[in-house]
Amino acid sequence: MWRGERSVLSGLSVDAAAGDCVHVAGPNGSGKTTLLRVLAGLLTPERGIVTWQGRPIAADREAYGAALSYLGHSDGLKPEFTARENLAFEVGLRRRLSASAIDSVLSRVAMTDSRDLPARSLSAGQRRRLAIARVILTATPLWILDEPFTNLDSAGVQCVTDLIAKHLDAGGTALIASHHAPAVPRHAAHRLDLA
Amino acid sequence: MTARTGAMDAVWLMYRRDLVLAFRHWDQAAQPVVFFAMVTTLFPLALSPELGELRQLAGGALWVAALLAALLGLEFLFRSDHIDGTLEQLLLSGQPLALMAVAKVAAHWTISGLPLVLVSPLLATGLGVPTGALCTVMLSLGLGTGILSTVGAIGSALTLGLRRGSMLLSLLVLPLAMPALIFGARAIDMAIHGDTARGPLLLLAAMLVLAVTLAPFAAAAALRISAE
Amino acid sequence: MNWTWLHRLSSPPHAYRITGRLTPWFGWPALLLILSGLFGGLVLAPADYQQGDGFRILYVHAPSAWLSMFIYATTAIAAAIGLVWRIKLAHGVAAASAPVGAWFTVLALATGSIWGKPMWGTWWVWDARLTSELILLFLYVGLIALRASIEDRDRADRAAAVLAIVGVVNLPIIHFSVYWWNTLHQGATITKFGAPSITGDMLWPLLVMLAGFTLYYFAVLMTRLRAEILRRERDASWLRTELAA
Repeated sequence: MWRGERSVLSGLSVDAAAGDCVHVAGPNGSGKTTLLRVLAGLLTPERGIVTWQGRPIAADREAYGAALSYLGHSDGLKPEFTARENLAFEVGLRRRLSASAIDSVLSRVAMTDSRDLPARSLSAGQRRRLAIARVILTATPLWILDEPFTNLDSAGVQCVTDLIAKHLDAGGTALIASHHAPAVPRHAAHRLDLA
Repeated sequence: MTARTGAMDAVWLMYRRDLVLAFRHWDQAAQPVVFFAMVTTLFPLALSPELGELRQLAGGALWVAALLAALLGLEFLFRSDHIDGTLEQLLLSGQPLALMAVAKVAAHWTISGLPLVLVSPLLATGLGVPTGALCTVMLSLGLGTGILSTVGAIGSALTLGLRRGSMLLSLLVLPLAMPALIFGARAIDMAIHGDTARGPLLLLAAMLVLAVTLAPFAAAAALRISAE
Repeated sequence: MNWTWLHRLSSPPHAYRITGRLTPWFGWPALLLILSGLFGGLVLAPADYQQGDGFRILYVHAPSAWLSMFIYATTAIAAAIGLVWRIKLAHGVAAASAPVGAWFTVLALATGSIWGKPMWGTWWVWDARLTSELILLFLYVGLIALRASIEDRDRADRAAAVLAIVGVVNLPIIHFSVYWWNTLHQGATITKFGAPSITGDMLWPLLVMLAGFTLYYFAVLMTRLRAEILRRERDASWLRTELAA
């Protein structure tokens, strides 16, 4: 895989099954984000292939997209929309939603009080939590999270790791890139070092 | 776990979303119309206040002004989504990207093309166009701005996130818009002279159909390339 | 169908060697053909009944115009191959060809303008063919500009490929529109590019020039493709051994 003029990520192999949690570790510039974007199907590797449930993702991009939730460096939120509107529109594109479903997920990330504030007036940590709420609401088997804990306070970190644990309990898979190992209760993370 | 949203429902939702967003920034949304009015005013100032003389150029002047105004608005078609990360999410949403592109183009036309069409009779009269030709003016510009939004989406997607992207966008889209310009201005000219403009208008309509059929796929491909 | 032979052929080391060897095979015949074509056109062919000696510029104008379109089509096809089958060399061909095509378009415009001056008295008229060539030039410029503004080579290749394909689809539409537009405004001055009625001794130099220009394009393409390969593969180990040898 080439990134501009630099070559990153050669000779890598990643495997994840239901209930697995993979922690992608490495210093800045080692290619964590690049790897996650390749796995999400946003980037195409020069050599190598990504498969989901035995089939290459390039064969049916839309089906793969429907099976995964990606949390990247940007939160993927419209600053003009309120928290509820963001979820209603962004996730509504993928799944039929009811107002109560939106409210319930907002309470799970402790955002009930700020649900009618436009996203631009939320703090960075609140926006991150809203982004996590989006991931939960899409209810997909695969979660690909790039630095999900940025800007979160310790309560927020705790909340998010609990949510990841619940996702894994239900048979979901999570690929997480993070500087620090996520302490997910009840699940040990396989560590993939990119150094 | 609730049901997946169907593709057509997603298209409608996307369309509404873009409209709501535009209304929250209505000052930005009004810019193309104001630009259109101003550029149209340039022609009498530059040439002559005589309506008789202006009438000779009215078709071309209206079309050039509309083209430039439409180019102005094209840059924003995908830009804000690209910046805040929602475009990425759209690529991964599981919905057919070409259809999502159609939805966005339709919303874009509603916001920046349709107002041009609605304002055009006023400006056309200002350029000496007889009342009988105003209907053709609106039709010609309506079809034309539709073609511009659709074909321009490809350019907009290709130049996402580039420095000086707006200049490059104009460079890319203008040659592709020239056929529409030829027939659109011609239609208005024929109407001014009292002839029926059915021929050019039908050709414009055919171009629009071709554009709407093919351009979304090119735009979708360009969006995937630009998101890398 | 097994495409490995194509992949093997288009691997950079292979392509580098082949293009190096092919260049003289295109270059010398091109020179020969162009020289003989010029001799035949400028010296041997009889002066035209209507246009006198002025028509001789046709021998440069027509091949350049033809080549400008041929190269655009080649660029688009190469870009499409690169996009669909992900063959880097095809993108290299597209990148190498576009500037050459643009220059042929400029040549066609310049020679067209020179041809027109004695006939119409002005350096430029909005003749259908000239206008078409002008719009083609804009398409080329857009292609080159797009490729130049994107830093990531892969993204630049693929974006330029999409644009080339869109352009080639639009080309017939543009042609038709411009011709139609031109016939509307016939007016008093006849601005049609009347190619003089061609006799046999006028025709063969034209075909020879056409063949010569085409071979010249291939020769230039080989050289530029080599340069592209060098640029793209400059960190590769095979290149170091190749250059050391």
